[in-house]
Amino acid sequence: MIWSIYLGVVVQGVLTGLVYGLMALGLSVIFGVVRVVNFAHGEFAVVAMYAAFLLFHTLGLDPLVTMLPIAATFFLVGFLLQATLINSFVGRSEHEQFILLVGIAIVILNGLLMLFGPDARPANLPYAFDSYAVGPLFIDKVRIYSAVAALAIAATLFCFFRYTATGTAIRACADNLTGAAVVGLNVKRLYAITFGVGLACVGAAGALMVTIADAAPTLGPAYTLLAFIIVIVGGLGSMAGALVGGVLIGVSEALAGFIIQPSMKSMFSFALLIAVLVLRPRGLLGRRA
Amino acid sequence: MRRSPTPNRRHVLAGAAAAATVVAAPAVVRAQAKAIKLAVLLPRSGYLAPAGQSCHRGALIAPKVLADFGYQVDLVHVDIESNPDVARTQCERVINDGAQGVIGAFDSASTLAMAQVCEQRQVPLVVNIGAAPQLTEQGYKFLVRNFPTGGQLVTNGLKLIKDLIGATHIDPKTAVFLHANDTFGTSQRQAMDKIFPNAGLPFRLLESIAYDPKAQDLSVEVTKIRALNPNLLLVVTRAADAIKLVRDMVRQHFEPMGIISPGSPGLYDEEFYQALGPLADYPIYNIPWANPKGHMSQALEAAFKPANPKFRFAVECFNVGFTFEALLIAADGFKRAGTTHGPELMQAIRATNIADHVMIGPPITFDAKGQNVGIPSAAVQNRGRTPTVVLPAAVATMTPVLPMPGWQGRT
Repeated sequence: MIWSIYLGVVVQGVLTGLVYGLMALGLSVIFGVVRVVNFAHGEFAVVAMYAAFLLFHTLGLDPLVTMLPIAATFFLVGFLLQATLINSFVGRSEHEQFILLVGIAIVILNGLLMLFGPDARPANLPYAFDSYAVGPLFIDKVRIYSAVAALAIAATLFCFFRYTATGTAIRACADNLTGAAVVGLNVKRLYAITFGVGLACVGAAGALMVTIADAAPTLGPAYTLLAFIIVIVGGLGSMAGALVGGVLIGVSEALAGFIIQPSMKSMFSFALLIAVLVLRPRGLLGRRA
Repeated sequence: MRRSPTPNRRHVLAGAAAAATVVAAPAVVRAQAKAIKLAVLLPRSGYLAPAGQSCHRGALIAPKVLADFGYQVDLVHVDIESNPDVARTQCERVINDGAQGVIGAFDSASTLAMAQVCEQRQVPLVVNIGAAPQLTEQGYKFLVRNFPTGGQLVTNGLKLIKDLIGATHIDPKTAVFLHANDTFGTSQRQAMDKIFPNAGLPFRLLESIAYDPKAQDLSVEVTKIRALNPNLLLVVTRAADAIKLVRDMVRQHFEPMGIISPGSPGLYDEEFYQALGPLADYPIYNIPWANPKGHMSQALEAAFKPANPKFRFAVECFNVGFTFEALLIAADGFKRAGTTHGPELMQAIRATNIADHVMIGPPITFDAKGQNVGIPSAAVQNRGRTPTVVLPAAVATMTPVLPMPGWQGRT
């Protein structure tokens, strides 16, 4: 019987980890192409959580449905942000980029506090209490739905980068920026599309997160940190690495919480991070620099 | 023609008169003060917000009720954001702004931070809710607490669990203790470790599990408890985490005989009832409760209803009652002391003896440490989404239901 309990913990960790992974995927895509680290990543995820929360409470729309329009809106926001503001920082020093994005994060966090206050807002979905019984396992419906949606979005993103002309051009920019410019690619526009795609991932992940966790402004920095841990573990710039890192972090937190003490589970994310940095600094699926 | 700067006899006399006026002024001000200015510091936002807001509603109606009983207070309301650092800085600020007494702060960690400030500034702090023993064990001279310590809560709570088992004829063999890992939860854990072995309860405590009250969900915690399969789940929750606990218990089909708190919030917040609906019914919490037959309780309830039409006094009477009583203690001390001078006011507050008050129990008095040691608990069970006293039988309005009905079919 004990194996089924461990299996249940692992399954819950995998499902949560996939949503984490989708969120981190956005960070990885942006860094992999634009070479800008989005320090406002978690804050954007929380904005998406509030958007999904509001749409559910005002119009009764399920976050699994509103995920798509939220992602589309975030794409536009990302595109415009990169085109109008961040592009001018691309060639500048890293600390200037850092200050810019931390500034954006602070503006978002305080804007959310002013609009919604610091209290957590639960979505209270009608199926929030339901679970599937698979043999001796009980698996939350919300987690299954969210994980499947996260996988679907990740697969779409892989296809976009692999099979579309724009995706191929973006990969060309990531591989050889000078070469891409020489052959006539509009690098600034491609950067804006990439930032938009990255934020679309965050928008979708935020909408999915609201089915699992209550929206609160203070989650922003924690999610940014979590996304960093995941992409460093998975490999900065690697899309598959972000998903693998998300699953690893989700499972390690769940198992550590179960075996040792739940209040100590986040400690194991950092332990995993340190282990990867020491043993394989480029991350599990990262390419050698 | 220039005047000589050398002081003459007239200047000296005028200066002396002015100085005498300044020196005498506090006495005049003291004699004229009719209302005491009290700062009420509560976690009205952040993870403790549901309870903090509930306490705040008690503070808002207090001046009118106190005035009807002959006490004058002037209140300043401050949000400490469920953050001890904010509590400390806000406490400094309100004292700088002229607060003559401080009330708060629901959360033990924040109250400890405020206690240090009040001690330095010699301003009385009346604790409304906060159970960490160190509040009255660290020798603070400017602090009194009209709330049980964690040890008192657990002692009273465990005794009531024994009574509940007797009254419902259940036969639990095992239990798990789940507690928040904040200051309050940890102090409850320490009290459990100390008191449970000698409490004479007929079940074994399999494990004590700490969790982060700010965690996004408690699925791992519930899985761990389910693996242990206890008959009873003893909990020390804080606020929204109680919702997450029940939500994950329902998802994982975990149905113990009962969920019993030996003294903690969360299970009776309005937010708990609204989020869970019928699933909020049947947990039991053994805590001090308002006396429905008390003269002052009835006056407080009468004032509460029109001021808070969206909230129920039956749900809020714990937070509202203790916050009101803290204000009553400060106002009563001021009335007897006739001054807002910190040391004299504190002396009067320490000598409190209030027979007519809100919560069940004997007159409010404080021991040498500033602790009210006479606050009893009642077993309160959620029934029809309303906190209902089920023990002691003398004040109960319903009999306790254990084992609690299963989750399925409750909607």
